Amino acid sequence: MLISGFSLDCERLPAPLPIWRATVRAETWAVVARGVSAQAGRLVALWASDRTRGASGGFAVSAAYALREGLLWLDLPLAERAPTYPDLVPIFPGAGRMQRAAADLLGVRAEGFADRRPWLDHGTWPEQYLPLRRDGAEKAAAALREATDYAFVRVEGDGVHEIPVGPIHAGIIEPGHFRFSVVGEKVLRLEQRLGYKHKGIEQRFTELPPREAYRLAGRVSGDSTVAYAWAYCMALESVASCELGERAGLLRALLLERERVANHLGDLGALGNDAAFAFGLAQFSRLREDWLRLSKEAFGHRLMMDCIVPGGVAADIDSTSVDRLLRQCDAVEREVRALRQIYDEHSGLQDRFMTTGRVLPELAARLGLTGLAGRASGQAADLRCDLPWAPYDQLAVKIATQRTGDVAARVAVRFDEVFESLRLMRVILSRLGEDGGKSGGETRTELRLPAKTAFAAGWVEGWRGEVFVGLEWDGEQGANRIRRCHCHDPSWQNWPLLEHAVIGNIVPDFPLINKSFNLSYAGHDL
Amino acid sequence: MWRILKQIAGNGIRSEAPPENSDSLRVEGEHMQRELLAILGQALTIRQVDAGSCNGCELEINALNNPYYNIEGLGIKFVASPRHADMLLVTGPVSRNMELALRRTYDATPGPKLVVAVGDCGCNGGIFGESYASCGRVANVIPVDIAVPGCPPPPLEILRGILTAVRRCRVGPE
Repeated sequence: MLISGFSLDCERLPAPLPIWRATVRAETWAVVARGVSAQAGRLVALWASDRTRGASGGFAVSAAYALREGLLWLDLPLAERAPTYPDLVPIFPGAGRMQRAAADLLGVRAEGFADRRPWLDHGTWPEQYLPLRRDGAEKAAAALREATDYAFVRVEGDGVHEIPVGPIHAGIIEPGHFRFSVVGEKVLRLEQRLGYKHKGIEQRFTELPPREAYRLAGRVSGDSTVAYAWAYCMALESVASCELGERAGLLRALLLERERVANHLGDLGALGNDAAFAFGLAQFSRLREDWLRLSKEAFGHRLMMDCIVPGGVAADIDSTSVDRLLRQCDAVEREVRALRQIYDEHSGLQDRFMTTGRVLPELAARLGLTGLAGRASGQAADLRCDLPWAPYDQLAVKIATQRTGDVAARVAVRFDEVFESLRLMRVILSRLGEDGGKSGGETRTELRLPAKTAFAAGWVEGWRGEVFVGLEWDGEQGANRIRRCHCHDPSWQNWPLLEHAVIGNIVPDFPLINKSFNLSYAGHDL
Repeated sequence: MWRILKQIAGNGIRSEAPPENSDSLRVEGEHMQRELLAILGQALTIRQVDAGSCNGCELEINALNNPYYNIEGLGIKFVASPRHADMLLVTGPVSRNMELALRRTYDATPGPKLVVAVGDCGCNGGIFGESYASCGRVANVIPVDIAVPGCPPPPLEILRGILTAVRRCRVGPE
């Protein structure tokens, strides 16, 4: 593979999307990163792993980059005595928190990276405990400790005061801490502290049987359960060289689009409500409830948890369900079009939405804003369009973008994506309904996991943005287990941008701005 | 304005309409409201605490506020401070990083107080279990009156759990 003139020896992984993997040395680590940045690639994820086997092997740090041609997974083996690697923050600012998390979980550090504050480790784990090290298990039994203080950056000056919010927020939302430095009502600075929900998911993956772990993947972030389950299953199917049946693929895409619409409906209502337009919440939450109820009837679960399983889907749908789902698409489209007109014409609502919480395209590109929020700030990236995997390769997905980067833009992208998803679902459903729904064949195949070590990845455009799963499989000597499973949520990239979006806005607009991003705490904290 | 009124009038009051093919929800809802009023005489205030969930339970708790379940119409209100709350509705396996915040919230809630743990994780740690980073079930950290299983439990089950806790509060010895 050629990256900005630099030739890299890569291995293509068997996956529905083009995914390459390469092992590099420390000198090359930053060279490749600069090359990726120069050709407008994105940093998707950064994580570390313990590759020791008995006395041999060591640690490794990995980075996943999105390029025009596909995903590049770079591995950098580290010296065991001083596990350090070159800092990526000067090239990809979004790497900072990921590097801090890698330091907390494995004790590997980026050389020259100034921020040495722990991120996920709040001091409550056993002393000097590094959960993803293989020798960690014995230490886990050691005494637990009280949470430690965190060194927030202080803003000094006349009239500056701080507003601490959280970890428990004043609503039905996930926990996290926000420290506002304000003058009067104007926000000078917001600093986040996350990690409150860290519950050891990555360690837990290594304890579960690989065919069962899709359930854990589906609970990384409940609102994206379909996207995570698909990404995990994509990786496991790659390990097993399993080809997904056509009908199973269509059903998965149907589930993913239904998840997208369910979340967008919820958010559009909540955004109206946060701008004091309770009518919007009542209308959209009613539509969302109708949507979830039909999901329950058609797929057996309101949020469609555990519907995607390794090798396919848990259950097929019959022609009656196809008809009902089609009719619901029409009904929701009619209602959402009427509601969009009401939102667009409501001057009070638009006054709150427009120019609020802006991230301009230039800043979005520099700091790596991704997914839905990225598309609202001119970052035209959507895996369903850029690297369409089956069945998206036959659907010609139309991307939704805006350039104003404010709350209004994120609302507009949601509306556009609802309509596009409804269109996709109609195409998918009409294919599923052909010949009374009998033509497509199997919806689940048995996986044969190989007796060797293997790397595989899953990469799916969830409703919030791209969800990535990096999997290390160990099939040697009958081990048959997951050595490492890294799940990456697009919230990692977007949380730091929220800090920027808030600057200069008034404190009462924060809930509205925050909701317009609607980032995951659970998916970030793991 | 015309469009808004048309939309409201066109949809009517959904919380009175029974859900598809079933009348049970409405009957149950009215029954619950009567019970709640009889027991509390006024309203029930709830502080929801996410102590480490995957956020699936939060989605279903939020759904209680939609017009179908219309929880405020039943006299139940979610409040912003534990000091205003009669009940804590807690989700998640309790992460170690949330343990202290949850204890403090419990201490800040005036007695007599009720605690309802929501979801499989809140009941028994769920798929996350207990580990270096997870304390497991909610009852491992604070006393729990009622635990509502499900992953996540549907809104009506959560509502049932809330009412069961209130009933128990009336008959149970302190």
